Amino acid sequence: MRDEGRSLRAVVAVILLAGFVLPILAGFAQTGRAAFGVLPAIGAVEWSLDPWRTLAAMPGFGTSLRLSLVTGVGSTVLALMLAAGFCALLHGRMSTAAIGRLLMPLLAAPHASLAIGLAFLLAPSGWIARAMSPWLTGWDRPPDLATVNDAWGVALIIGLLIKEVPFLLLVIGSALGQLPVRAQLAAGRALGYGRGMVWVKVIFPQVYPLIRMPLFIILAFALSVVDMAIILGPSNPPTLAVAITRWFSAPDVALILPASAAGLMQAAVVAGAIALWIGAERLARLIGRWWLSRGGRGYATGPGLWAAGVVVFTLLTLGVLALLALAVWSFAWRWSFPQALPQSWALRAWMTPGAGWGRALQTTLIIGGVTTLASLALAIAWLEGEDRARRGRAAWAQALIYLPLLVPQIGFLYGLNVLFLQVGISGGMLAVIWAQMLFVFPYVMIALSDPWRALDCQHIRAAAALGASPWRRLVAVKLPMLLRPLMVAGAIGFAVSVAQYLPTLFMGAGRVVTLTTEAVTLASGSDRRIVGVYAVLQAGLPFLAYGAALLVPGLVYRNRRELKGGNA
Amino acid sequence: MRFILFAALSLGFASPALADWQETLDKARGQTVYWNAWGGDARTNAFIAWVGAQTEAQYGVRVEQVKLTDTATAVTQVISEKSAGQDSGGSVDLIWINGPNFLAMKEQSLLHGPFATDLPNARYLDLGPDAAASVDFTVPVDGYASAWRLARFVFTYDSAVVANPPADMAGFLDYAQANPGRVTHPDVSNFMGATFLKQALVEFAPDKTVLQAPVTDEAFATASAPLWEWYDALRPLMWREGQTFPENESVQQQMLNDGEVDFGVSFDPASAAGAIAEGLLPDTARVFVPQGGSIGNISFVAIPYNAANAEGAEVVANFLLDPATQAHQQNIEVLGSFSVLDPSRLNADQAALFAALPSSPALPKLEDLGPTLLEPHASWMVKLVDVWADRYTK
Repeated sequence: MRDEGRSLRAVVAVILLAGFVLPILAGFAQTGRAAFGVLPAIGAVEWSLDPWRTLAAMPGFGTSLRLSLVTGVGSTVLALMLAAGFCALLHGRMSTAAIGRLLMPLLAAPHASLAIGLAFLLAPSGWIARAMSPWLTGWDRPPDLATVNDAWGVALIIGLLIKEVPFLLLVIGSALGQLPVRAQLAAGRALGYGRGMVWVKVIFPQVYPLIRMPLFIILAFALSVVDMAIILGPSNPPTLAVAITRWFSAPDVALILPASAAGLMQAAVVAGAIALWIGAERLARLIGRWWLSRGGRGYATGPGLWAAGVVVFTLLTLGVLALLALAVWSFAWRWSFPQALPQSWALRAWMTPGAGWGRALQTTLIIGGVTTLASLALAIAWLEGEDRARRGRAAWAQALIYLPLLVPQIGFLYGLNVLFLQVGISGGMLAVIWAQMLFVFPYVMIALSDPWRALDCQHIRAAAALGASPWRRLVAVKLPMLLRPLMVAGAIGFAVSVAQYLPTLFMGAGRVVTLTTEAVTLASGSDRRIVGVYAVLQAGLPFLAYGAALLVPGLVYRNRRELKGGNA
Repeated sequence: MRFILFAALSLGFASPALADWQETLDKARGQTVYWNAWGGDARTNAFIAWVGAQTEAQYGVRVEQVKLTDTATAVTQVISEKSAGQDSGGSVDLIWINGPNFLAMKEQSLLHGPFATDLPNARYLDLGPDAAASVDFTVPVDGYASAWRLARFVFTYDSAVVANPPADMAGFLDYAQANPGRVTHPDVSNFMGATFLKQALVEFAPDKTVLQAPVTDEAFATASAPLWEWYDALRPLMWREGQTFPENESVQQQMLNDGEVDFGVSFDPASAAGAIAEGLLPDTARVFVPQGGSIGNISFVAIPYNAANAEGAEVVANFLLDPATQAHQQNIEVLGSFSVLDPSRLNADQAALFAALPSSPALPKLEDLGPTLLEPHASWMVKLVDVWADRYTK
């Protein structure tokens, strides 16, 4: 059986190496060649540092770099503080499952649709301004205020926070489930520490190692996000990732060279920010030890916690209103400033699936379904391989899973596109499905790993004792018992697939039109009503998937209390 | 360049002569043409879908629009394919292309052709050496692109809000002084934003003839000096103090509709009428052009050198030049963009198609639009965009 496990693991490892790691490296190699002056297609054949010099001389390059760092690192630090404070405030007052259900719409909504809704909500002519004009503000025409696309990236940070804080809340919530929080809290309070201080000094240091990897993913994502930054971020100059996307698609083809250099630079920015973060961790550990051993009971942290609570609540409200605004727009005909609601309504945007959304919906469903099922199959094979070999996961294997989430997409996608063309599979669904799997598989794997390991071994041993073969034990015992985690992992994978923008755009050669690519394209158009339809569909699909993950196990196992997973 | 042309000819990529058109039609039957076109305008998208339905019914050629946020994306795609050695079976069959993108593709020998002069319907075009359909931004088209629709730079505004729109580009400064924060233009990295600057360049340049030759540093310094003087005065008075700009003209139109700014820009004189019909602008929206006229050009379609369905693409390009198609396209209820055909080459039945088109109060008459100013050489636009970025992107 060990051998069998080994061969299964070998198959999975080969698929991952050949399918994931090599292409990323090859993509980087192509980008790297262009970054150092070699791209024969545009007549550039000599190695040189010129692309880097051009890049450094690009107007606004320094500002773009600074904007990326400020919005990326800033939003991550804020998200961590807010989420930790909110958990400290609410823990014990609300169950993790209940919080998860409340957050579901925001967790499920792709970045792009949330950003589109938020842009309308916050704009000087947006919903908030409309609701308060002119009776409160006295505005009969919108004021000239930079509430979105502001030069400091505040709107972008708000947008990122609305997506990141719920994600962190969920991650922290599940980490807390593994700790004896209640007992420690009681002990701490008995020793004279306030609720907030126990969190900061005792519980948070135990939670942190468990949420470190998700934090790095958030950091890498926030530093290199493109779709949300186009819609909410500053435009002149934009953040580095948006600037790179623009340079790659500039009419002047020679810009591909400095754009490639900037792609490598983007990877370095992410690596540097993570290194910086790890350095800050070390520092915090030193200071924290000293602080802890000093034993001071500290100040009242109540106001701080409540402030975090208010901010998080405001963010969540903004997020929900943003999604609602899109839904309202999709049914509007004329809706001009300062009307709080549309003057006239129409179903026209919804009545014309032939105009585009019908096809986009179908494509999104097919790609999402295939990537999710393939990722699930691969994840099951991996985990079963670990079981059969009776070995835990090596550190390199763990790193392999996280790799695509930490490496900026823009750094290797262009190179990868060239590579795919050489193989001859670009511009098709297949290329898109494969590229999306790079990002879907890690999430599925992460979501499935813990429930899989937590599976009660006694059932499996009992099945083995009854003579069931390893395959039978997998199919007849493990998978049915894991139905709920499998469905949740599938829903997460599906949501990730629906939200993919850059991989779909680059690998599909623009031909593979999904709800997300279409929504982002239309967001740069003039018709919010059509955008509303796309964004509602885009946000609705993952929502349905999560809903199914919650409901289906309950229906299938309506007579099996322990398998419904209601307590999870 | 010439060598490549001969090489292409000897390899049999030469465009079909008129007599071979039947052969092209035969090959095209059953093909699906991937038409890469900017997808930000719902009416254009609907028109392209209509074209596809027509060509499928008439010639068995299906059309799939690849909706681009920026035409340069398609150029990048063709370059990627070339770097991967994919010299046939490429994914881009037809591109809606103009200006720097066309210049870049032509210079890099990334285009199929010459084919345009051999299309049967090319007989309705004035293809003289200086005619609008033979030159794109002063760059000779040489048959590597086929005319499609006429574009004229216009401003849109709400006549209920703005009683007297500016008379010329200089007038925008006066308007902004009286109404700070109400004027803007699309981001200059966008074609329309660059066109706003070009319109001012053409209006202010002391000697307009230099604009028709490739740009030089000295010529640029002299010609653009009054432009920058005007722009430096205007910029702090613009929306968001000229620190940020709408991404493109559609976003700006939405801002006009929201009342955030007072003017939109468009390359389509029918844009206000069209937007009113779509419910995207108030009924009082109108268009105007600066007194001395405005920049105009012809939009082209071109076929990449490695297009998988070049024959189908030629059939589509030819269909676009059909008098019935052009009349349908000029219909305000459809697209409302003016025909590229030479009226003197149409027979009475064909001319009647155009005469019968409906009108709209927001649709300007051809005489309201004033003279068409020539586009500067494409290199001027590239230089203008670069210098603007150097001056104002910090």
